[in-house]
Amino acid sequence: MRDRALILTGLFVFLVLITLPIWWDAARGTTSKGPDPVLPANEKTCVAPVEYMRTSHMQLLIDWREQVVRSDIRTYKAFNGKTYRMSLTGTCMGCHADKAQFCDRCHNYAAVNVVCWDCHIDPKLARGGAEYARR
Amino acid sequence: MRVGRKEFLRLSGLSLLALAGKKVVNAITSAAQANKPATRPAKRWAMVIDIKRCLQEQGCTLCINACNQVHNVPRFQDRRHEVKWIWKEAFQHVFPPDGAEYMVAELPGAPLPVFCNHCDNPPCVRVCPTQATWRREDGIVMMDWHRCIGCRYCVAGCPYGSRSFNWVDPRPHIARLTPDFPTRAKGVVEKCTLCPERLAEGRPPACVEACKPKAMVFGDLEDPASEVRGLLNTRYAIRRKPELGTRPQVYYLV
Repeated sequence: MRDRALILTGLFVFLVLITLPIWWDAARGTTSKGPDPVLPANEKTCVAPVEYMRTSHMQLLIDWREQVVRSDIRTYKAFNGKTYRMSLTGTCMGCHADKAQFCDRCHNYAAVNVVCWDCHIDPKLARGGAEYARR
Repeated sequence: MRVGRKEFLRLSGLSLLALAGKKVVNAITSAAQANKPATRPAKRWAMVIDIKRCLQEQGCTLCINACNQVHNVPRFQDRRHEVKWIWKEAFQHVFPPDGAEYMVAELPGAPLPVFCNHCDNPPCVRVCPTQATWRREDGIVMMDWHRCIGCRYCVAGCPYGSRSFNWVDPRPHIARLTPDFPTRAKGVVEKCTLCPERLAEGRPPACVEACKPKAMVFGDLEDPASEVRGLLNTRYAIRRKPELGTRPQVYYLV
Protein backbone atom coordinates (compact mmCIF):
# COMPACT_ATOMS: atom_id res chain seq x y z
CA MET A 1 0.00 0.00 0.00
CA ARG A 2 3.00 2.23 0.15
CA ASP A 3 2.91 2.63 -3.68
CA ARG A 4 -0.71 3.77 -3.81
CA ALA A 5 0.12 7.32 -4.99
CA LEU A 6 2.49 6.04 -7.62
CA ILE A 7 -0.01 3.48 -8.95
CA LEU A 8 -2.88 5.97 -9.06
CA THR A 9 -0.78 8.56 -10.86
CA GLY A 10 0.32 5.94 -13.34
CA LEU A 11 -3.26 4.82 -13.89
CA PHE A 12 -4.34 8.42 -14.39
CA VAL A 13 -1.62 9.11 -16.93
CA PHE A 14 -2.47 5.88 -18.73
CA LEU A 15 -6.18 6.77 -18.91
CA VAL A 16 -5.46 10.27 -20.18
CA LEU A 17 -3.14 8.94 -22.88
CA ILE A 18 -5.50 6.23 -24.08
CA THR A 19 -8.47 8.60 -24.28
CA LEU A 20 -6.39 11.38 -25.80
CA PRO A 21 -8.02 11.12 -29.29
CA ILE A 22 -11.43 11.77 -27.73
CA TRP A 23 -10.24 14.89 -25.89
CA TRP A 24 -8.33 16.00 -28.91
CA ASP A 25 -11.43 15.84 -31.10
CA ALA A 26 -13.61 17.48 -28.44
CA ALA A 27 -11.15 20.34 -28.11
CA ARG A 28 -10.97 20.90 -31.88
CA GLY A 29 -14.74 20.63 -32.26
CA THR A 30 -14.43 17.96 -34.96
CA THR A 31 -16.30 15.24 -33.06
CA SER A 32 -19.25 13.76 -34.94
CA LYS A 33 -18.79 16.28 -37.71
CA GLY A 34 -19.72 14.88 -41.14
CA PRO A 35 -18.05 15.73 -44.44
CA ASP A 36 -20.97 18.05 -45.38
CA PRO A 37 -20.48 18.26 -49.12
CA VAL A 38 -22.10 21.35 -50.59
CA LEU A 39 -24.90 20.41 -52.99
CA PRO A 40 -25.71 22.54 -56.01
CA ALA A 41 -28.42 25.08 -55.33
CA ASN A 42 -29.96 25.28 -58.78
CA GLU A 43 -30.38 21.59 -59.54
CA LYS A 44 -32.34 19.08 -57.47
CA THR A 45 -31.95 15.82 -59.40
CA CYS A 46 -28.76 13.99 -60.26
CA VAL A 47 -28.21 11.47 -63.07
CA ALA A 48 -29.23 8.68 -60.65
CA PRO A 49 -31.08 8.50 -57.33
CA VAL A 50 -29.19 10.01 -54.40
CA GLU A 51 -28.77 6.67 -52.60
CA TYR A 52 -27.22 5.13 -55.69
CA MET A 53 -24.92 8.09 -56.27
CA ARG A 54 -23.81 8.03 -52.64
CA THR A 55 -22.77 4.39 -52.72
CA SER A 56 -21.91 3.79 -56.36
CA HIS A 57 -20.93 7.03 -58.11
CA MET A 58 -17.48 5.59 -58.73
CA GLN A 59 -18.98 2.65 -60.62
CA LEU A 60 -21.16 4.98 -62.64
CA LEU A 61 -18.16 7.13 -63.54
CA ILE A 62 -16.17 4.07 -64.60
CA ASP A 63 -19.11 2.87 -66.74
CA TRP A 64 -19.33 6.29 -68.37
CA ARG A 65 -15.61 6.33 -68.99
CA GLU A 66 -15.61 2.89 -70.62
CA GLN A 67 -18.58 3.72 -72.81
CA VAL A 68 -17.30 7.07 -74.00
CA VAL A 69 -13.68 6.15 -74.60
CA ARG A 70 -13.97 2.57 -75.74
CA SER A 71 -17.43 2.34 -77.33
CA ASP A 72 -17.94 5.93 -78.47
CA ILE A 73 -21.35 6.04 -76.73
CA ARG A 74 -21.67 9.54 -75.40
CA THR A 75 -25.19 9.97 -74.06
CA TYR A 76 -26.71 8.48 -70.94
CA LYS A 77 -30.39 7.74 -70.46
CA ALA A 78 -31.08 8.48 -66.80
CA PHE A 79 -33.58 6.81 -64.48
CA ASN A 80 -36.00 9.71 -64.90
CA GLY A 81 -35.94 9.53 -68.68
CA LYS A 82 -33.66 12.51 -69.10
CA THR A 83 -30.67 12.22 -71.41
CA TYR A 84 -27.27 13.43 -70.29
CA ARG A 85 -23.93 13.81 -72.02
CA MET A 86 -21.49 11.45 -70.30
CA SER A 87 -18.82 13.88 -69.22
CA LEU A 88 -17.14 14.42 -65.88
CA THR A 89 -16.10 18.02 -66.47
CA GLY A 90 -19.13 18.81 -68.61
CA THR A 91 -22.10 17.17 -66.92
CA CYS A 92 -20.97 16.42 -63.33
CA MET A 93 -19.02 19.62 -62.84
CA GLY A 94 -21.74 21.52 -64.66
CA CYS A 95 -23.83 21.29 -61.46
CA HIS A 96 -21.20 20.39 -58.87
CA ALA A 97 -19.13 23.31 -60.00
CA ASP A 98 -16.91 23.44 -56.94
CA LYS A 99 -14.70 20.38 -56.66
CA ALA A 100 -13.24 21.52 -53.33
CA GLN A 101 -16.68 21.92 -51.78
CA PHE A 102 -18.13 18.71 -53.16
CA CYS A 103 -15.75 15.96 -54.27
CA ASP A 104 -12.90 16.78 -51.91
CA ARG A 105 -15.05 17.10 -48.78
CA CYS A 106 -16.06 13.44 -48.75
CA HIS A 107 -12.88 12.08 -50.23
CA ASN A 108 -10.80 13.86 -47.61
CA TYR A 109 -13.17 12.76 -44.87
CA ALA A 110 -12.96 9.13 -45.96
CA ALA A 111 -9.24 9.42 -46.78
CA VAL A 112 -9.88 8.32 -50.36
CA ASN A 113 -7.37 9.28 -53.00
CA VAL A 114 -8.83 9.59 -56.49
CA VAL A 115 -6.70 9.96 -59.61
CA CYS A 116 -9.42 11.59 -61.75
CA TRP A 117 -7.92 15.05 -61.37
CA ASP A 118 -4.44 14.03 -62.43
CA CYS A 119 -5.76 14.51 -65.96
CA HIS A 120 -9.33 15.83 -65.87
CA ILE A 121 -9.47 19.51 -65.25
CA ASP A 122 -11.31 21.19 -62.43
CA PRO A 123 -13.10 23.97 -64.35
CA LYS A 124 -12.15 26.42 -61.59
CA LEU A 125 -8.47 25.83 -62.27
CA ALA A 126 -8.96 26.27 -66.00
CA ARG A 127 -10.41 29.71 -65.33
CA GLY A 128 -7.23 30.50 -63.41
CA GLY A 129 -5.44 29.21 -66.51
CA ALA A 130 -1.91 30.34 -66.87
CA GLU A 131 -1.47 31.31 -63.23
CA TYR A 132 -2.28 27.80 -62.17
CA ALA A 133 -0.16 26.31 -64.89
CA ARG A 134 2.86 28.23 -63.74
CA ARG A 135 2.38 27.32 -60.11
CA MET B 1 -32.47 -56.38 -65.90
CA ARG B 2 -28.95 -57.46 -65.16
CA VAL B 3 -26.24 -55.70 -67.15
CA GLY B 4 -23.42 -57.97 -68.03
CA ARG B 5 -19.78 -57.02 -68.49
CA LYS B 6 -20.04 -56.93 -72.27
CA GLU B 7 -23.26 -54.93 -72.21
CA PHE B 8 -21.76 -52.43 -69.72
CA LEU B 9 -18.70 -51.87 -71.90
CA ARG B 10 -20.81 -51.41 -75.03
CA LEU B 11 -23.11 -48.91 -73.31
CA SER B 12 -20.30 -46.80 -71.84
CA GLY B 13 -18.47 -46.81 -75.17
CA LEU B 14 -21.55 -45.62 -76.99
CA SER B 15 -22.26 -42.83 -74.47
CA LEU B 16 -18.65 -41.63 -74.69
CA LEU B 17 -18.93 -41.58 -78.48
CA ALA B 18 -22.18 -39.61 -78.28
CA LEU B 19 -20.52 -37.06 -75.95
CA ALA B 20 -17.55 -36.64 -78.27
CA GLY B 21 -19.89 -36.26 -81.22
CA LYS B 22 -21.81 -33.48 -79.47
CA LYS B 23 -18.56 -31.64 -78.74
CA VAL B 24 -17.48 -31.89 -82.36
CA VAL B 25 -20.85 -30.60 -83.58
CA ASN B 26 -20.67 -27.69 -81.11
CA ALA B 27 -17.13 -26.81 -82.15
CA ILE B 28 -18.08 -26.81 -85.84
CA THR B 29 -21.16 -24.65 -85.38
CA SER B 30 -19.40 -22.11 -83.16
CA ALA B 31 -16.49 -21.92 -85.61
CA ALA B 32 -18.96 -21.30 -88.40
CA GLN B 33 -20.45 -18.47 -86.40
CA ALA B 34 -17.05 -16.95 -85.67
CA ASN B 35 -16.15 -17.06 -89.35
CA LYS B 36 -19.17 -15.00 -90.25
CA PRO B 37 -17.96 -11.53 -91.22
CA ALA B 38 -18.50 -9.06 -88.42
CA THR B 39 -20.82 -6.19 -89.23
CA ARG B 40 -18.85 -4.04 -91.62
CA PRO B 41 -17.83 -0.73 -90.10
CA ALA B 42 -20.05 1.90 -91.60
CA LYS B 43 -17.17 4.26 -92.17
CA ARG B 44 -13.45 4.47 -92.72
CA TRP B 45 -12.04 7.81 -91.78
CA ALA B 46 -9.02 9.06 -93.68
CA MET B 47 -7.12 12.26 -94.31
CA VAL B 48 -5.88 13.67 -97.59
CA ILE B 49 -3.23 16.40 -97.55
CA ASP B 50 -2.74 18.57 -100.58
CA ILE B 51 0.99 19.33 -100.48
CA LYS B 52 0.76 22.23 -102.95
CA ARG B 53 -1.98 23.96 -100.99
CA CYS B 54 -0.19 23.35 -97.70
CA LEU B 55 2.97 24.99 -99.01
CA GLN B 56 1.07 28.10 -100.13
CA GLU B 57 1.35 29.63 -96.67
CA GLN B 58 4.96 29.93 -95.58
CA GLY B 59 5.54 28.99 -91.96
CA CYS B 60 1.85 28.42 -91.26
CA THR B 61 1.17 26.54 -88.02
CA LEU B 62 -2.61 26.96 -87.75
CA CYS B 63 -3.31 23.21 -87.68
CA ILE B 64 -0.65 22.62 -85.03
CA ASN B 65 -1.81 25.48 -82.84
CA ALA B 66 -5.46 24.43 -83.03
CA CYS B 67 -4.65 20.83 -82.14
CA ASN B 68 -2.34 21.77 -79.27
CA GLN B 69 -4.97 24.08 -77.83
CA VAL B 70 -8.01 21.79 -77.94
CA HIS B 71 -6.10 18.74 -76.70
CA ASN B 72 -4.02 20.44 -74.00
CA VAL B 73 -0.77 19.37 -75.63
CA PRO B 74 2.12 20.61 -73.48
CA ARG B 75 5.05 22.56 -74.85
CA PHE B 76 8.50 21.81 -73.47
CA GLN B 77 11.70 23.78 -73.88
CA ASP B 78 13.69 20.57 -73.49
CA ARG B 79 13.39 18.59 -76.73
CA ARG B 80 13.85 15.30 -74.91
CA HIS B 81 10.45 15.86 -73.25
CA GLU B 82 8.72 16.92 -76.45
CA VAL B 83 5.07 15.86 -76.89
CA LYS B 84 3.68 16.03 -80.42
CA TRP B 85 0.31 15.26 -81.99
CA ILE B 86 0.77 17.05 -85.30
CA TRP B 87 3.98 18.73 -86.40
CA LYS B 88 5.94 19.72 -89.48
CA GLU B 89 8.74 17.68 -90.92
CA ALA B 90 10.91 18.31 -93.99
CA PHE B 91 9.76 16.49 -97.16
CA GLN B 92 12.87 14.31 -97.39
CA HIS B 93 12.24 13.08 -93.83
CA VAL B 94 8.55 12.45 -94.37
CA PHE B 95 9.29 10.55 -97.57
CA PRO B 96 12.89 9.38 -97.24
CA PRO B 97 14.59 9.82 -100.63
CA ASP B 98 14.72 6.82 -102.90
CA GLY B 99 18.00 8.01 -104.37
CA ALA B 100 16.49 10.30 -106.95
CA GLU B 101 18.98 13.07 -107.56
CA TYR B 102 16.59 15.26 -109.47
CA MET B 103 13.05 16.02 -108.38
CA VAL B 104 10.54 18.85 -108.13
CA ALA B 105 12.70 21.68 -106.90
CA GLU B 106 10.31 23.00 -104.26
CA LEU B 107 9.90 19.68 -102.43
CA PRO B 108 13.25 19.00 -100.70
CA GLY B 109 13.20 20.89 -97.43
CA ALA B 110 9.50 21.74 -97.69
CA PRO B 111 7.74 21.36 -94.33
CA LEU B 112 4.84 18.90 -94.41
CA PRO B 113 2.36 18.25 -91.62
CA VAL B 114 2.74 14.79 -90.10
CA PHE B 115 0.69 13.02 -87.45
CA CYS B 116 -0.64 9.56 -86.62
CA ASN B 117 -1.42 7.71 -89.86
CA HIS B 118 -4.30 5.72 -88.34
CA CYS B 119 -3.00 2.62 -90.05
CA ASP B 120 -5.25 -0.21 -91.12
CA ASN B 121 -2.64 -2.58 -89.74
CA PRO B 122 -1.25 -0.60 -86.81
CA PRO B 123 1.89 -2.07 -85.21
CA CYS B 124 1.32 0.03 -82.07
CA VAL B 125 -1.96 -1.78 -81.44
CA ARG B 126 -0.38 -5.16 -81.90
CA VAL B 127 2.30 -4.54 -79.29
CA CYS B 128 0.14 -2.81 -76.65
CA PRO B 129 -0.10 -5.23 -73.70
CA THR B 130 -3.16 -3.61 -72.12
CA GLN B 131 -5.21 -2.71 -75.19
CA ALA B 132 -4.87 0.91 -74.18
CA THR B 133 -4.58 1.60 -77.88
CA TRP B 134 -6.81 -0.11 -80.40
CA ARG B 135 -8.26 0.30 -83.86
CA ARG B 136 -11.88 1.40 -83.87
CA GLU B 137 -14.32 0.06 -86.44
CA ASP B 138 -14.22 3.37 -88.26
CA GLY B 139 -10.44 3.09 -88.63
CA ILE B 140 -9.35 5.50 -85.91
CA VAL B 141 -6.41 4.22 -83.89
CA MET B 142 -7.72 5.31 -80.53
CA MET B 143 -6.05 5.67 -77.14
CA ASP B 144 -7.44 5.03 -73.68
CA TRP B 145 -5.14 6.96 -71.37
CA HIS B 146 -6.84 5.40 -68.37
CA ARG B 147 -5.41 2.07 -69.42
CA CYS B 148 -1.93 3.09 -70.56
CA ILE B 149 0.77 1.72 -68.27
CA GLY B 150 3.58 3.62 -69.96
CA CYS B 151 5.53 0.63 -71.25
CA ARG B 152 6.29 2.51 -74.49
CA TYR B 153 6.10 -0.58 -76.69
CA CYS B 154 3.85 1.42 -79.02
CA VAL B 155 6.43 4.20 -79.23
CA ALA B 156 8.96 1.61 -80.36
CA GLY B 157 6.43 -0.04 -82.66
CA CYS B 158 5.28 3.06 -84.55
CA PRO B 159 7.44 3.53 -87.66
CA TYR B 160 6.34 7.15 -88.01
CA GLY B 161 7.35 8.52 -84.62
CA SER B 162 3.77 9.58 -84.03
CA ARG B 163 3.73 8.74 -80.36
CA SER B 164 5.09 10.79 -77.49
CA PHE B 165 5.75 9.81 -73.91
CA ASN B 166 5.12 12.06 -70.94
CA TRP B 167 8.41 11.97 -69.08
CA VAL B 168 7.25 14.65 -66.64
CA ASP B 169 3.90 15.96 -65.48
CA PRO B 170 2.69 17.88 -68.55
CA ARG B 171 0.19 20.15 -66.82
CA PRO B 172 2.56 22.95 -65.75
CA HIS B 173 3.74 23.14 -69.37
CA ILE B 174 0.34 23.98 -70.86
CA ALA B 175 -0.05 27.72 -71.31
CA ARG B 176 -3.86 27.77 -71.49
CA LEU B 177 -5.94 24.80 -70.32
CA THR B 178 -8.99 23.67 -72.28
CA PRO B 179 -11.26 22.29 -69.53
CA ASP B 180 -13.36 20.09 -71.85
CA PHE B 181 -10.39 17.89 -72.65
CA PRO B 182 -8.20 16.15 -70.09
CA THR B 183 -4.47 16.63 -69.84
CA ARG B 184 -2.34 13.52 -69.56
CA ALA B 185 -0.48 12.21 -66.56
CA LYS B 186 3.20 11.53 -66.22
CA GLY B 187 4.09 8.10 -67.57
CA VAL B 188 1.44 7.95 -70.30
CA VAL B 189 1.85 7.83 -74.08
CA GLU B 190 -0.19 10.15 -76.26
CA LYS B 191 -0.80 10.84 -79.93
CA CYS B 192 -3.32 12.17 -82.44
CA THR B 193 -6.77 10.59 -82.05
CA LEU B 194 -8.47 12.26 -85.03
CA CYS B 195 -10.77 14.08 -82.57
CA PRO B 196 -13.49 11.46 -81.96
CA GLU B 197 -15.10 13.85 -79.48
CA ARG B 198 -15.62 16.31 -82.33
CA LEU B 199 -16.63 13.66 -84.87
CA ALA B 200 -19.37 12.60 -82.45
CA GLU B 201 -20.80 16.10 -82.76
CA GLY B 202 -20.50 16.04 -86.54
CA ARG B 203 -17.52 18.38 -86.63
CA PRO B 204 -14.26 17.72 -88.49
CA PRO B 205 -10.97 17.33 -86.61
CA ALA B 206 -9.56 20.55 -85.16
CA CYS B 207 -6.61 20.70 -87.59
CA VAL B 208 -8.89 20.37 -90.62
CA GLU B 209 -11.16 23.09 -89.33
CA ALA B 210 -8.22 25.40 -88.66
CA CYS B 211 -6.50 24.92 -92.04
CA LYS B 212 -7.09 28.13 -94.01
CA PRO B 213 -5.89 27.02 -97.46
CA LYS B 214 -8.06 23.87 -97.05
CA ALA B 215 -5.01 21.70 -97.58
CA MET B 216 -6.30 19.04 -95.17
CA VAL B 217 -9.35 17.11 -96.32
CA PHE B 218 -11.02 14.66 -94.00
CA GLY B 219 -13.65 12.12 -94.94
CA ASP B 220 -14.97 8.62 -95.35
CA LEU B 221 -13.04 6.37 -97.73
CA GLU B 222 -15.94 3.94 -97.99
CA ASP B 223 -18.26 6.61 -99.32
CA PRO B 224 -17.63 6.84 -103.08
CA ALA B 225 -19.15 10.31 -103.11
CA SER B 226 -16.89 11.71 -100.40
CA GLU B 227 -14.40 14.49 -101.04
CA VAL B 228 -11.44 12.31 -100.09
CA ARG B 229 -12.44 9.66 -102.60
CA GLY B 230 -12.91 12.32 -105.24
CA LEU B 231 -9.40 13.65 -104.65
CA LEU B 232 -7.84 10.19 -104.60
CA ASN B 233 -9.65 9.28 -107.82
CA THR B 234 -8.35 12.28 -109.70
CA ARG B 235 -4.89 12.95 -108.26
CA TYR B 236 -1.84 10.88 -107.49
CA ALA B 237 -1.31 10.36 -103.78
CA ILE B 238 1.57 8.90 -101.79
CA ARG B 239 1.62 7.46 -98.30
CA ARG B 240 4.40 7.21 -95.74
CA LYS B 241 6.44 3.99 -95.78
CA PRO B 242 3.79 1.85 -97.50
CA GLU B 243 6.42 -0.89 -97.90
CA LEU B 244 6.09 -1.68 -94.19
CA GLY B 245 2.57 -3.01 -94.66
CA THR B 246 0.98 -0.80 -92.02
CA ARG B 247 -1.49 0.55 -94.61
CA PRO B 248 -1.43 4.19 -93.44
CA GLN B 249 -4.59 6.18 -94.09
CA VAL B 250 -3.10 9.64 -94.48
CA TYR B 251 -2.62 10.44 -98.16
CA TYR B 252 -0.37 13.17 -99.51
CA LEU B 253 -1.34 14.59 -102.91
CA VAL B 254 1.76 15.41 -104.96
